[in-house]
Amino acid sequence: MRREGLINLVVAALLAGTAVTGAAQAAEVIKIGAVAPKTGPLAGGAAITHWPNIQLWVKQVNDRGGLKLKTGQVKIELIEYDDRTTPGETIKAVERLATQDNADFLIAPYSTGLNLAAAPIYAKYDYPLVTSTSITDKVEELTKRYPGMFFTLGDTTSFTKSVVDIIKKAQDEGKVGKRVAMVNVADAFGIELANAARPIFTKAGLEIAYDRSYPLGTQDLAPVVKAAKAANPDAFVAWSYPPDTFALTEQAKIEGLDTKIFYTAVATAFPGYVGKFGKSAEGVLGAGGINPDTPQMQAYLKAHKEVTGKDADYWASAVVYATLQILEKSIEAVGTKDRKAVTEYIKNNSFDTVIGPVKYKDQNNEAFWTVGQWQNGVFQGVASTGRPGAKPVALKPAW
Amino acid sequence: MDIVITGLLLGGSYALIAMGLQLQYGVARIMNLANGELLVAGAFGAFWFFTAYRVSPLYSLLVVVPAAFCLNWLIYRYLMLPLVRRAKTSGHLEVDSILATFGLSFVLVGVMLAIFGGDFFNYSFLARPVIVFGDRYALNRIVAFLASALLCGSLYAWLHATRVGLNMRAVSVNPSAAGLVGINVSRLSALAFALGGAVTAAGGSLLSMFLTFDASIGVIFTMKALIIVIMGGVDDIRGAITAAFILGLAETAVAFLIDPGLTLAAAYLLFLLVLLFRPQGLLGRRKT
Repeated sequence: MRREGLINLVVAALLAGTAVTGAAQAAEVIKIGAVAPKTGPLAGGAAITHWPNIQLWVKQVNDRGGLKLKTGQVKIELIEYDDRTTPGETIKAVERLATQDNADFLIAPYSTGLNLAAAPIYAKYDYPLVTSTSITDKVEELTKRYPGMFFTLGDTTSFTKSVVDIIKKAQDEGKVGKRVAMVNVADAFGIELANAARPIFTKAGLEIAYDRSYPLGTQDLAPVVKAAKAANPDAFVAWSYPPDTFALTEQAKIEGLDTKIFYTAVATAFPGYVGKFGKSAEGVLGAGGINPDTPQMQAYLKAHKEVTGKDADYWASAVVYATLQILEKSIEAVGTKDRKAVTEYIKNNSFDTVIGPVKYKDQNNEAFWTVGQWQNGVFQGVASTGRPGAKPVALKPAW
Repeated sequence: MDIVITGLLLGGSYALIAMGLQLQYGVARIMNLANGELLVAGAFGAFWFFTAYRVSPLYSLLVVVPAAFCLNWLIYRYLMLPLVRRAKTSGHLEVDSILATFGLSFVLVGVMLAIFGGDFFNYSFLARPVIVFGDRYALNRIVAFLASALLCGSLYAWLHATRVGLNMRAVSVNPSAAGLVGINVSRLSALAFALGGAVTAAGGSLLSMFLTFDASIGVIFTMKALIIVIMGGVDDIRGAITAAFILGLAETAVAFLIDPGLTLAAAYLLFLLVLLFRPQGLLGRRKT
C-alpha cells in the first residue's frame, strides 16, 4: 500500500514535470525576479513606492505582447520574494532567484541598505543592478567595485546642499533669519544626511541652533519639537523617515512651530501626507519632487492610478518606473537574455524615461530632483541637479 | 511641569499597550507574542471606520472591543486550550504558548497585509492643541490618556470589587489551588485572555489617533509591552500600570533634559536595573 502510494507520487511528479516543460516550450517567457520588503520596517515605503510600479510595468509590457527579443516576443514571468526588510533575507532570495528559479533579470531591491547588501550577489551572477531607491555618497567607490551597479536617485550631499541653498537664498533675500533647527532619525540614512549637512550649513553662514537625533521608530516626538521650538529657529529641517515625518509634522502643528521653511525628508512626497494634513501641507518642503507637467509624467500618474488603484508618490515612484523602462529598453535593444550585453548597453546609451532623459555617466545618473514642495495639492520639484521645470520656492504660510 | 505632563501622556500610551498583555500573561499564563499584531488590528479597525464611514475612533470602540473579545476568546479556545491541557508544568506552557503565539503573529501580519495592503496608514483626529498650565499638548493624546486612565481604573476596581475579579486574582496567584476551591480555571483563563485582547485592541484604536501604523509594525508594540509587563511584575495589574508610567516619565525626562537620542537607552537601562535588583518585578511577589 505504502509502496504503491510512493509510485503514484513519482508518476504524478514526472507527469507534472513534463507538463511544465511542455508549457515552457509552447510559450517562451522571460523570468524577472523582484526582492523587496513586504513586511518589516520598510514594508510601508515599499508598498507605496516600489511594488506598485513593478505591477504596473509587468502589466503594461505583457498587455502589449511582452518584451521583443530576436527570437520573438516573450511575456514576463514575475517572481516575487519578501525579504522582511532583512539584508540576510535579501541575499538569500537573490541567490535563490539566480540558482533555483533561473531568473533572467532582476529588479533592484528597495532602499539603500538592501541594495548595498545585494550588490555582491548581483555582481556574482552578472545581473545588472539598476538601483532606484538608493542614496549614498559612496557612488564612485561602489560603481568601481560593481561594474553592473547603476545609481539613479542621487547622492546624499546633493540632497543636503539643495536644502541649505534654499534656506540661504531666503536668508539672503531677507525673508528669514539664519537660525536652523535640525533633527535626524538615528540610523544610517539620517546620520549620513545630518553629517553631510552640518559643514554645508556652517559654510553657508547659517547657524544650527538645535541639533539632535532620536531613535529609529520613535513617534513620540513632543520633547524634540518643544526643544526645537524653544531654540527659536527660522527654519526647521528633519532628516526623517515616514512614521516620524508624520509625527514631527503633527507635533509641529500642535506646538505652533511655525517656521517659514519647514522640511521633512522621506514620506513628505507621499500622497498620504497631503491626505493626512490637507491644507496644512501647503508650503512644506521634502525630499524628492517631480515635474508633473510633462506628458510622459501625466500619462504615468494616470496609468499608476488605474492599474494599481493608488496614487504614485511624488518622488521615487517615478524613478523606480524609469529604471524598469531602462531595463526594458536595454533588453529589447540587445534582443537576447545576455546579462553582460544588457549591462554594457545601459552604460553606453541614453534613455527617454518618465523622469526625462537618463544617461548614466560612470554608472551614475547626475540629473535628479532633490527638493520638492507642496504647492496647491501637488508636490512640485523646486530644486534639482539639472532637471528642467523647477518651480520657485514659496515660504510656508502659518499652519 | 511640561516634562511631567508629556511623560504622563506617554505613560498613558504605554499602559494601553501593556495592560492587555498583563491580563493574558498574569492570569491565563499565555505569553502572547501576537499582542502587538492584535493592537495593530484594533488600529486598523478604527482607521477603517474613520476613513470609510467618518465614525470617530471613540465610537468605533463599541464595535472593535467586542469583536476583539470574541476573536481572542476563539484564539484561546481553539489554539491555546489544547496547549494548556497538554502542558505538564507552567514552564512547559510558557514555552509552548510563546512558540504558538509567535507563529500566530506571522499569520496575523499576513492576514492584515492581504486585507489592507502594506501601506502606512494614519488619519487626523483631534489633532488640535490644548493649553494645560501654559503649555500646548495634543488633544488626541490627552483623550487617549483619559481613556487609558479610565480603563486602568475600571479594570482595577473590577478585579478588586467583584467576585469574578477575586476569582481571577486567585487564578493569577495559584492556578492549581484556585481549581481546588471550586474556581473554573480554564473558563476564567479564557475570560482573562479575551479581556486582555479586547483591552489591547482598544489601545490600538486609541493610539491610531496619533501614530502611523503599517501591517508589520506590531512587533515594536509587543517588545514595549513585554518590557513593561516584566518590569511591573507579572501577577499584579498595578505593576504594569506603574511600570508604564515610570517608563513614560523617565523617557520624557531624558529627552528633555539630556538628549532625545537616549530615550531607548534609558528605557533599557531601567529594565536592566529592575531585572538586576527586583527580578520579580516592581510589584511582583517573590516566588516561595
